[in-house]
Amino acid sequence: MALSPRRRARVSRGIQYAVLVLAVLLAVAFADWGTIQNQFFNIDKVGTMLPDVFAVALKNTILYTACGFAFGLVLGLVLALMRLSPVGPYRWVSTGIIEFFRGVPALVVFIAFDVGISFAFPGYAVPGDKLGIATVSLGLVGGAYMAETIRAGIQAVPKGQMEAARSLGMSHTRAMISIVIPQAFRIILPPLTNELILLTKDSSLVYVLGYTSATVELTAFGRETLNQEKNLTPLVAIAFCYLLITIPLSILVRRMEARAGKAR
Amino acid sequence: MSELHADPDAPAIEVRDLHKSFGANEVLKGIDLEVDNGDVVCVIGPSGSGKSTLLRCVNLLEEPTSGDVYVEGIQVTDPDIDVDKVRARIGMVFQQFNLFPHLSVLRNLTISQQRVKKRGKDESTEVAKRNLDRVGLSDKIDAFPAHLSGGQQQRVAIARALSMDPDMMLFDEVTSALDPELVGDVLAVMKQLATEGMTMMVVTHEMGFAREVGDNLVFMDDGVIVEEGDPRAVLSDPQHERTQEFLSKVL
Repeated sequence: MALSPRRRARVSRGIQYAVLVLAVLLAVAFADWGTIQNQFFNIDKVGTMLPDVFAVALKNTILYTACGFAFGLVLGLVLALMRLSPVGPYRWVSTGIIEFFRGVPALVVFIAFDVGISFAFPGYAVPGDKLGIATVSLGLVGGAYMAETIRAGIQAVPKGQMEAARSLGMSHTRAMISIVIPQAFRIILPPLTNELILLTKDSSLVYVLGYTSATVELTAFGRETLNQEKNLTPLVAIAFCYLLITIPLSILVRRMEARAGKAR
Repeated sequence: MSELHADPDAPAIEVRDLHKSFGANEVLKGIDLEVDNGDVVCVIGPSGSGKSTLLRCVNLLEEPTSGDVYVEGIQVTDPDIDVDKVRARIGMVFQQFNLFPHLSVLRNLTISQQRVKKRGKDESTEVAKRNLDRVGLSDKIDAFPAHLSGGQQQRVAIARALSMDPDMMLFDEVTSALDPELVGDVLAVMKQLATEGMTMMVVTHEMGFAREVGDNLVFMDDGVIVEEGDPRAVLSDPQHERTQEFLSKVL
């Protein structure tokens, strides 16, 4: 007996729900809940991490990310303006920097600015110690991505805006600063926030620079505690801390996109 | 840099043998034109005839390929001239309004006064209010452009240009993007400006406006001026075949 397509779709969906329910029931019945709670959600182990997980590790992650993002934003803006310049060499240099730092793993950049610099130029180091290295490395990698975003944003501002500003007597630079760039940043706020989320995660690479109990960030802190406690809970805890940063940012992006959609 | 000394006896705008090419495409093929002080010159012609390009060459939004443009006797095509200073004297209104959407109406009118003319906050606000009043939109001073109708946006754009106290105004098909019932308000503002003695160069499809307000009518086709003269004469009795053909289609 042949089923009509609509009936077939209903039966198929019913089977999928049944399988799902069965899987959940099996998991509940056979999972070792004691071990799971002990290993993943062990309140005692979380207790030993407090307050350092917030006061030191989370704080440092935010610090590294913020510094890297700030440097990256400035760098990205400069690279974007160079990319749009009528002067050839500016464009070539900018394109070279963008392609290089977008293509090279962030980890490589971190190592280069840490031990790489000290081997290549003995006696010299990036100023600002670990924070300085983290800022420059995260900023270069993030800035390369942001440059392309900012360039797209500037190009998305209608040409008439620049023309209107120039027709009122503003110089090109003045029109860029007062008219074009503010509008470009409105357009690219969602992708820039996404870039901030990515940088938050990339800040975990700071661990390759080595750390002290004062400069440790979330990932290194989690790994250290994991090894001490022989328990997975610390890693779950620091994962939660990352989400504490990224989920509000994601919500923010969604809100901004919704608002931009409404304004259109 | 040479200072800008306007010659009061010179025509407001003088264009001599102006050529403009975009790549291999020659859009203007030798334009000669004079706009006297206080005159309203309307430029008509089919799309692609180069009339907007001509207008944009006057304030150098387009760089002429060859030929010269003089504004109040100053040769603006001279590379030593500070174009920004010339542009500050020439108001321009665009087909697409081009208000700054991230700024309030007041800020749209004050930002270039403050940044270019170095006027203070109080003075620039005063000038802005006066010009908003001129276009009948005093109540929209705190609105944002997106909340205004097309006709209102275009009147704000006119007020914005006027706030720089320009010696002349360029209008680039300013009613073409408007709903028909909003065209009248904008034309009324332009007519008012004309009666106040503003020098105006108007690229338009509004033959009624040209007939009523224009002192001179220029018909362009294919990059050249085909015919020019008194608007009433040209519109009712065009001499040139191409003018006749164009007018028979639009009137």
